[in-house]
Amino acid sequence: MKSRFLEGARMIAPVGVAAFLFALSFGVLARAAGMGLAAPLVMSATTFAGSAQFAVASVLGSAGSAGAAIAAAVMLNARYAPIGISIAPAFHGSLPRRLLQSQLIVDETWAMTIRRKGGFDLQVLLGAGAVLYICWNLGTALGLILGNVINDPNDLGLDAAFAALFLALLVPQLRGRREVTAALLGGGIALALIPFVPAGVPIIAGAAGSLVGWMRG
Amino acid sequence: MSPVWASVLGVGAATIVLKATGPVVLGRRELPSWLAGPVSLLAPAVLAAFVVTQAVGGDREIVADARLVGLGAGAIAVALRAPILAVVVVAAAAAALTRLLT
Repeated sequence: MKSRFLEGARMIAPVGVAAFLFALSFGVLARAAGMGLAAPLVMSATTFAGSAQFAVASVLGSAGSAGAAIAAAVMLNARYAPIGISIAPAFHGSLPRRLLQSQLIVDETWAMTIRRKGGFDLQVLLGAGAVLYICWNLGTALGLILGNVINDPNDLGLDAAFAALFLALLVPQLRGRREVTAALLGGGIALALIPFVPAGVPIIAGAAGSLVGWMRG
Repeated sequence: MSPVWASVLGVGAATIVLKATGPVVLGRRELPSWLAGPVSLLAPAVLAAFVVTQAVGGDREIVADARLVGLGAGAIAVALRAPILAVVVVAAAAAALTRLLT
């Protein structure tokens, strides 16, 4: 059992480096968005999901409401319901145990575990998840320290960095016609609404692109 | 409660529930297809909306400024399959340089 935990930890190690640097940019951008020090740390420890955390920083940084921030993040994390269901049969034991273990499900640990030769193994997921969790939280802390020395984040182009970051997260998602349709509609709806509604709302409305993309794809 | 803490705690609680839905609540049952389909397209739609609002969003107006230069530079980095941190740094540097020169 222990060896497979270590197998997962070893397999994910290169991704851990990337996760550390990704979390570092979250720390810097969260600081730039005025989230303070403690809130981003708590967020990395509890949410542990990159795009949703950047979404919250982005909405709050542009003076959007908490409701808009939460709605946008929940839509980005909605994928964890089907992802969790796809590997649910591997989880055993008491309810609190399964609840805790399920928190180590992220895109990378899930993808690695389902592709593994020899079949899906919960211990591999837990080993990989533990490594990523540590990297994610350490990276956030270091990013917050670095972000502390920045005076005006926009002088450094951090607002543009946000846009590029979301683009880098979007591109791997565009696997087929339906995904491209959903993205074009989501972006188009958001663009059309910017002049008329408060910050954050264009993003929530953009989510409607997923419905239309599904019906027409 | 401040908007920051409300968001952090709200998103944290929601994410914990979403991740636990399969392993704790649903077990071996599957999501109905009418729900699973649109859910799979939420991420591309919402991420695209974020790219747009972050690049040209202003205070209830569309603003074209140095952010677009940064996004363009970042897009080139993405096309070259650069790691995410490199994309972020390239985009920030391009926007900062544009502001410095204009």
